[in-house]
Amino acid sequence: MTHNLTLTAPPTAPHTLAANSISRIMLTVAATLAPATLYGFWLYGWPSIFLWVITVLAALFGEALCIKLAGRSVVSALSDGSALLTGWLLAISLPPWAPWWIGVLGGLFATILAKQVFGGLGFNLFNPAMVGRVFLLISFPVQMTVWVAPLPITAASAPGFHDGLLIAAHGIPSMDAVSSATLLGFAKTELSRGIDLLHSLAGTNAPGIVLSGARSGSMGETASLLILAGGMVLIFLRIISWHIPAALLAGLALPAAIAHGIDPTRYLDASSHLFSGGAMLGAFFIATDYVTSPNSRIGQLVFGAGCGFLTFVIRTWGGYPEGMAFAVLLMNAMTPVIDRYIRPRILGRDWRGAPLDPATQKGKS
Amino acid sequence: MGLIEKFLHNLKAPRWGVHPDDHKRPAADAPLRELPLPKRLYIPLQQHVGQPARPIVLVGQTVLKGQLIAEAQGNISAPVHASASGRVVSIGEVTAPHPSGLPLVAIGIEPDGLDTTAELTIPADPFALSPAELTRLVAAAGVVGLGGATFPSSVKLALGKRSEVTTLIVNGGECEPYLSCDDRVMRDFAASVIDGVRLMLHAMGAREALVGIEDNKPEAIAAMKRASATFPEIKVRPVPARYPMGSDRQLIVTLTGKEVPSDCRAADVGVIVNNVSTANAVHRAIRLGEPLIRRIVTVNGGAVWQPGNILAPIGTLASDLLAFAGLKSEPARIVMGGPMMGAVLPHAKVPIVKGTSGILAFNEDEIAAPEAGACIRCGTCTSACPMGLLPLEMAAQIRAGSLNGAEALGLADCIACGCCAYVCPSHIPLVQYFSHAKGELSEQSRSRLRNEATKRLAAERVVRLEREAIEKAEAAARRKAERAAQKAAEAAKSATESKETEAAE
Ligand code: SF4
Ligand code: SF4
Repeated sequence: MTHNLTLTAPPTAPHTLAANSISRIMLTVAATLAPATLYGFWLYGWPSIFLWVITVLAALFGEALCIKLAGRSVVSALSDGSALLTGWLLAISLPPWAPWWIGVLGGLFATILAKQVFGGLGFNLFNPAMVGRVFLLISFPVQMTVWVAPLPITAASAPGFHDGLLIAAHGIPSMDAVSSATLLGFAKTELSRGIDLLHSLAGTNAPGIVLSGARSGSMGETASLLILAGGMVLIFLRIISWHIPAALLAGLALPAAIAHGIDPTRYLDASSHLFSGGAMLGAFFIATDYVTSPNSRIGQLVFGAGCGFLTFVIRTWGGYPEGMAFAVLLMNAMTPVIDRYIRPRILGRDWRGAPLDPATQKGKS
Repeated sequence: MGLIEKFLHNLKAPRWGVHPDDHKRPAADAPLRELPLPKRLYIPLQQHVGQPARPIVLVGQTVLKGQLIAEAQGNISAPVHASASGRVVSIGEVTAPHPSGLPLVAIGIEPDGLDTTAELTIPADPFALSPAELTRLVAAAGVVGLGGATFPSSVKLALGKRSEVTTLIVNGGECEPYLSCDDRVMRDFAASVIDGVRLMLHAMGAREALVGIEDNKPEAIAAMKRASATFPEIKVRPVPARYPMGSDRQLIVTLTGKEVPSDCRAADVGVIVNNVSTANAVHRAIRLGEPLIRRIVTVNGGAVWQPGNILAPIGTLASDLLAFAGLKSEPARIVMGGPMMGAVLPHAKVPIVKGTSGILAFNEDEIAAPEAGACIRCGTCTSACPMGLLPLEMAAQIRAGSLNGAEALGLADCIACGCCAYVCPSHIPLVQYFSHAKGELSEQSRSRLRNEATKRLAAERVVRLEREAIEKAEAAARRKAERAAQKAAEAAKSATESKETEAAE
């Protein structure tokens, strides 16, 4: 049974609506991502620009295809901006010099299989961008873990437009020449070789946390501060609330600080965790995805803390140096459960939904 | 306001609700105008919660201004008075101020323009009267809640007295955008409002009155503070401007910290809420002997030429008010009440009633409603809901046809304030879902009651029929036995008789 209320009923209150719309929200989010992305373009040059364009186009194409097959209006569906944002978020979480087909496969997978198959915007259980990323990571571990050291677009040795095209088309020509490890990846490999962190990180070729972002990683990873700033803007504009980001960062930083305090030779410190591996991107832009996160404030705190803690666990003991994508997906799966058990308190009722006792209320003043 | 004060103010501001563009000015600042007596008045018999009043005048009869024309019937009801002197020209159906456009019985009066007033009874010192007597006078004047709920005020006063209410909350919130009739009452008649508040305190035996006024009405706050300066029991309390601050439960919790339990009335926690315009009406009823026959109506909206507040007799057609204020363009939608909760009028030939706070004529741009999209679970509705509900989940349940699921999520607690639908970026008509479901549920429970009654009657009938059948059978058997006995007796008798005859022969 479905009700098509709008057709049958006379217009009802409210007769005025806030000037808000899905596309406005999505485009604002995209705008707050822009500085970090542009900075990433500058750092990683033409190949990253091509990869970004390809990934976004693939995501839009996947969405449009499904909408078309479903017989709905493609223009109005694409104009909500959600597919754009999915492609964008996926693109900046990829290795910036990844070959073109990585972007294509990821973009298509994200919008078609992770979103439209579930019923489209609002019905997907998992964050489409992260599903795309995890799919790529599992299927193409080699291409997905080749990172390049930043080579600013203005540098003489940076690939030009033409070379950039070639890299996007065929991948990095001689990998060893430019490839470099991310901080988390480096720490993990060195640990597995039996070299403790105090020694490995003190080494000359060790990647440090460079707040300017000039280090290897994905675009959304290296420009942590710009991502953080964008996230703050979103909170200020009330597009996201502070609950998920704060809980996520705390859930990641606290266990990291404790573990580091106990054994600094094995565990990275909290700020390394916070400013690397897409922690900021995850906290402000990925975990806060409306569709796949809980809708009560307390539920959001639980969700965020869970994402942060799982990220720490996967980074520290899991098989992958980077855990944000997995952590978010795991918590996405928990969202329906969280929403079921954590609900806001109804005015005039207690947390379990029973009416309050009038005597205690009468006594207040 | 300094930066720190502003910050503290924001901290204190409630987290629920919305802050719509209020559109109150310039209408609120325009001086109050009085509507010239319209040609016709249509005074509905039902302008309040409860039983409709019963007409006591006949067509053709001449009535005086303020004369009782329909009396209250039942415990919860209110009488209706003539808003002008003149002749009763009709008693019949008019379009109700309701989107359904269902008919409503009203008394049509053709004013004679003389404004001859019925004789008034004014108590010399109302504070010398007993609370019960004062309440009776309020009842006789037909005063009902003017904030829109239109609950008979006398019933509320009596309830307050009975439940030993300590605090009277005077609602000057007026949180609905566009409306400013309460604002105007407070600015222009602050002394009357304060006097009305004192009368109500006396009638309820309450200790103190808290007047809650949204801080977007500084002139009203100043006027009310001035008027109440000599009465320490009346405290004027500015409250943050946030919709729906004027809703009872929200205002109570903001002013007193008390939450009205969901299955209780405000009186159960020792408070009663009355609107500022109601206080003014009580003052007029007691001090001037004038029943509730006129009110201030805000005429506003993008299609209105001269928006403002107009003093109009009850029963004036909305079209008369709109004509008086002038129209810039053909209204795209006419609404009675505020834009957040008001009802769409099918046309403007609808009379204003005691609870009409405003007539809004919107133009196309104001009511432009983009097409509804899918719910993106953004949770904006949840944070806006002043009752702490989950509008998106309730709507999902209703869409899936599970009314009980929606009920389990607290549908009954929904006050239909419209905050959720207002903020939804997908423009989902959430309130429409909720009113639909509430209607369906009450229909279900009604038909359940009906079915139960029918079943009970049917069962009783079966029992009765069985009993009757048994009784019939028993009676038949008895009759048969009687007949048999009779026959036997007769046979015996005739036998003896024949024997006797034989013997006689
Ligand atoms: S505001 Fe609208 S889109 Fe957002 S969760 Fe509520 S119903 Fe869904
Ligand atoms: S209409 Fe109901 S559900 Fe929506 S905000 Fe108001 S109380 Fe909450």
